[in-house]
Amino acid sequence: MEAHTATLPVRSRESTGARAWKWLKRNAIVIYGVLAIAYMLIPIGLIVIFSFNDPAGKFNFTWQGFTLTHWAHPFQIAELTDALLLSLRLAALATLISTVLGTLVALALVRYDFFGRHAANYLIVIPTATPEVVLGASLLSLFLIYGLALGFTTLLIAHVMFCISFVVIVVRSRLIGFDRSLEEAAQDLGANPLTTFRKITLPLIWPGIVAGALLAFALSIDDFVVSNFTAGTEVTFPLYIFGAAQRGIPVQVYIIATILFAVTLLAMVFTVWQQRRADQLAAMRPEQDV
Amino acid sequence: MSHEHWVALRRRLIPYGLLGPGILWLILFFVVPLYFMGRLSLESGIFPEFRFDWTFSNYSDAFKAYDTQFFRAFQYSAVATIIGLLIAYPLAYAIAFRGGRWKNAMLLAVIAPFFTTYLIRTLAWETILSDNGFVVNTLQTLGLISSDGRLLATGPAVIAGLTYNFLPFMILPIYASLERMDASLVEAAKDLYSSSRQAFLKVTLPLSMPGVVAGTLLTFIPATGDYINAQFLGGAQQAMIGNVIQSLYLKQTDYPAAAALSFILMAVMLLIVFIYIRFAGSEALMGEEVPD
Repeated sequence: MEAHTATLPVRSRESTGARAWKWLKRNAIVIYGVLAIAYMLIPIGLIVIFSFNDPAGKFNFTWQGFTLTHWAHPFQIAELTDALLLSLRLAALATLISTVLGTLVALALVRYDFFGRHAANYLIVIPTATPEVVLGASLLSLFLIYGLALGFTTLLIAHVMFCISFVVIVVRSRLIGFDRSLEEAAQDLGANPLTTFRKITLPLIWPGIVAGALLAFALSIDDFVVSNFTAGTEVTFPLYIFGAAQRGIPVQVYIIATILFAVTLLAMVFTVWQQRRADQLAAMRPEQDV
Repeated sequence: MSHEHWVALRRRLIPYGLLGPGILWLILFFVVPLYFMGRLSLESGIFPEFRFDWTFSNYSDAFKAYDTQFFRAFQYSAVATIIGLLIAYPLAYAIAFRGGRWKNAMLLAVIAPFFTTYLIRTLAWETILSDNGFVVNTLQTLGLISSDGRLLATGPAVIAGLTYNFLPFMILPIYASLERMDASLVEAAKDLYSSSRQAFLKVTLPLSMPGVVAGTLLTFIPATGDYINAQFLGGAQQAMIGNVIQSLYLKQTDYPAAAALSFILMAVMLLIVFIYIRFAGSEALMGEEVPD
């Protein structure tokens, strides 16, 4: 206490420079964080800006002038729109299948002790530790040997395969902190296993399932490498961009990227906002303990 | 008695029923393809006439022909992982402990790059680093690179691309482990007269290790096999092993060599991951063991 009162007058006599230095030292990490985030957003800024570019040639690499003409026709290029639609269809199906399969696997791994559980755990993790180029190459080897025609089916098989592991990992992490006594209570009150699952388990792990599904969707729609090996003549959105990068990227690519970015951002902000509201509502209930 | 017997049997079979479809999918389309790739890697001949005859020399031939690209991939990826860790850790720390009411917004900004396609992000960097671009012009004016110097088609450009593209995978696990940490532990350390530095080194850093392990693996693994960054930001002199495998499979149709290289890559990768996990702990990857 005495030491404190002794230092006080010294502190107030500190020069502005010293105080600024102190402030800087205390907030250096925050300033660094803001700079790092700015760095992460640079390419996004460039994409948005270049969607208004009016390139003279076919290469959209230098700024030529502002125009809205391309924004008036974002879906003008038929192949690009087709590629986008194919990617959306593929991602939706791959998400649906991998989320259902992955959730069931996660339930088995966390809830039950059985012969082969350890091996199953490995089988889930190893694909995530395998470079994508190996996943694509090995699938192509299989399809080549069986003479299976490459196309939408092979794409779907491949996408579901690399999504499953991630869904399992996300849902599993949600299941691990799960309070089993809630299920026991429901069964004590006479609920059968199916009702218990529907009314207790599913609502509680639902956020994990949604997170897993979102991750699967994001992985699928963004996948280039595995698709590169398994698409045949089908062209997904990333495959279109890869091809166009050699011929020259039309402005529409940047426009569609900007639209996709805005839509995803709004959806995320909405989710975060809803989550916060739900948390606030939960905080008002006195007995909450989850 | 017989009824109870059935209940017990059903209970034993339930996990296999739940597991079945997903595991079957992984066996059919992950394990079996690896087997066929293994077969392919031991065949000889020229497209489309391949014969399976245990040609083990495919492995040594392919490795000898492409060892440069192989080592380059590991080198670029390792550098990108280290730089990524140096950028990500302080940022994750800032978000977790100093974010305050901006925490969600900062997290949103961290995952924002995922809202645009990987290839477009890389193309954006190609534009930024392009020969007539702002960055190159500034560096030339400042005399940091020669007047005809360029950034594209250099190793640093590829490493910069790899670092950027996998950064969220580094930040998020580190953030998650810092966020889970009990802040009172640091207070306790300080009450026991440890300096901020000591408290960080002895308490915060060890507790965030699972996040660091997960983050470095999630960066290193995909970065090593990547061929987009080398394709868009590098030139022929920056080709990585992924570029070689892609080209051998899809352009030159030299399947045995491509399959052999894929196997070498996968084996080395798994070995590195295994050793790394031995040293750094496995909870990040394998999850907790919670038997009923």
